[in-house]
Amino acid sequence: MSRIAARFEELRKQNRAAFIPFVTAGDPGAEITAALLEKLPSAGADLIELGVPFSDPMADGPAIQASSQRALKAGMTLIKVLELVRRFRKVHAKTPLVLMGYYNPIHKYGTARFVKDAAEAGVDGLITVDLPPEEDEVLRIPAISHGLDIVRLATPTTDDARLKTILNGAGGFLYYVSITGVTGTKSFAEDDVRAAVARLQAATALPCAVGFGIKTPERAAAVAAFADAAVIGSAIVDRIASGASVDDVIAYCAELGQAVHAARG
Amino acid sequence: MSKVPPNSYRTGPDIDGHFGAYGGRYVAETLMPLILELEKAYEAAKADPAYHAELKGLLKHYVGRESPLYFAERLTANLAGAKIYLKREDLNHTGAHKINNCLGQVLLARRMGKTRLIAETGAGMHGVATATVAARFGFPCVVYMGEVDVERQKANVFRMRLLGAEVRPVKSGSRTLKDAMNEAMRDWVSNVSDTFYMIGTAAGPHPYPGMVRDFQSVIGVETRAQILDREGRLPDLITACVGGGSNAIGMFHPFLDDPEVEIHGVEAAGKGIDTPFHAATLSKGEPGVLHGQRSYLLQDADGQIIEAHSISAGLDYPGVGPEHSWLRDSGRVKYFSITDKQAVEAFMALSRLEGIIPALESSHAIAHVMRIAKEMDKDKIIIACLSGRGDKDANTVAAVLGEKI
Repeated sequence: MSRIAARFEELRKQNRAAFIPFVTAGDPGAEITAALLEKLPSAGADLIELGVPFSDPMADGPAIQASSQRALKAGMTLIKVLELVRRFRKVHAKTPLVLMGYYNPIHKYGTARFVKDAAEAGVDGLITVDLPPEEDEVLRIPAISHGLDIVRLATPTTDDARLKTILNGAGGFLYYVSITGVTGTKSFAEDDVRAAVARLQAATALPCAVGFGIKTPERAAAVAAFADAAVIGSAIVDRIASGASVDDVIAYCAELGQAVHAARG
Repeated sequence: MSKVPPNSYRTGPDIDGHFGAYGGRYVAETLMPLILELEKAYEAAKADPAYHAELKGLLKHYVGRESPLYFAERLTANLAGAKIYLKREDLNHTGAHKINNCLGQVLLARRMGKTRLIAETGAGMHGVATATVAARFGFPCVVYMGEVDVERQKANVFRMRLLGAEVRPVKSGSRTLKDAMNEAMRDWVSNVSDTFYMIGTAAGPHPYPGMVRDFQSVIGVETRAQILDREGRLPDLITACVGGGSNAIGMFHPFLDDPEVEIHGVEAAGKGIDTPFHAATLSKGEPGVLHGQRSYLLQDADGQIIEAHSISAGLDYPGVGPEHSWLRDSGRVKYFSITDKQAVEAFMALSRLEGIIPALESSHAIAHVMRIAKEMDKDKIIIACLSGRGDKDANTVAAVLGEKI
């Protein structure tokens, strides 16, 4: 069983949702990311989403755009992202880690070489924002052969026919983008997301994570009551941007983690 | 790669939007249903004679088509080589070829029941054309424009505002065309139900590259008929500038299957293609994925996009439409580059010799003509696409010449 599947199985038995924090690799520097990664599991992170910075993050709002810029300025590259994952894996054998980013850095690295190196480094899954099912075969086939899950996204614009396309080949978990918008901008209506997640859960056995619009522990708890996971990115990245220390960021993540874990009473 | 030429160079894109290994639909999942809907709507419009009739009427009575094919007599005499014709897209309403595409798209937006237009713009010509059709059809309109371009194209910013559009300066990244396109995509993803994204060049996710090409092909279709009428034969060479490449693909496409017609695309070499300051994507870039498509791209060793440079805001883009990438690899079209300095010299030459002030974008094609015409026999024929007028560039050129306006 993959690390992702094992983790969700464990959480299901405990009747808990997963807390998934997102940080951009290398923001504001590689050592800070390494320290955050090392401490996130103890802050309640059940799975970690590590952002691979890209010069042109079209699906991201101002917070993650700025974090990508800081990371690139500090010299982060895809090769160095994998180094961070290797360091993380030496300390944490069980916490799954997925990379989230855009396709061009992977394309440039060489798709086949990348999935091999990523799997060896200890990556468990890939979320590639600009690689919809129509285009992802080039990454999906070699990724699966190296045991990496291709995590697909569903959105408020996904109808039933489209959902079938998305689920065909989806792995790890299904990521529900709770808003029509870029990361960290709008807020969602809780009832809409609840209904959307129920529809996804009825259509797939994969766990359903919700992300893109969760900004506070309260909102995270509300989502964790019905979704299988809550992803929080921009709110954490904003704290990093404001110059908070690693311990302060970790303390904030612990607060988010507690809210998610206590959501089902 | 196969060296056997295809039966036709004019059949792309395939059903999934690919031109060979290029093109495709590399967009966030939120946008996938929208571009699939757009593709369907465009296919339906293409099959609807009423749609074509309305577009044709607007092109004639609103844009002023057909645009003349002008024999540049003094430029020809000056170079003492091939006969030079200019396809006068600069004479279109709004002063460039961009309006051809905007009219096609706005009619589509109306058919689809959309109520808001957004666009990106570099030099501002596509922004002005979009603002124009938005006014003509009563749509609210937001144009994203890099802060750097807002500064160097002030006159066009004012024109857009006069026409009722809101111009939003983009402060992210390099603050030029690529960042404006990122921001337009973010707007689209945030306003999926009511908004139509008018992409200004033959690039982006399928169906845009083929669709914009179709709208711009009116340039080449007219040119072909006009030169047959004037000279009784096809030209020996056609050329156009390539940023994203919409005027070029519109000019080239109707000639792709005429093997006797040599085709040259002209990119911006900026301060030189061996410096970091150029926009010569097809000469110096390599394939990658950006803005919804796979195509040649200026990128670094880590796959991060490199900022392009050109004196011409309309060519200042690190990517290029996917059909050009395919045509480059197939060898059917050859791509050259022209520096800022050469473009300004051509800008001056055409102004003085023909009384035509060309856009700095189009000046790249003119500069290429000036380089090759004199090497060709006098019975040869060259046609260059004069894609836009140069009034908008007066400030930029004055600054180069050290003059204050």
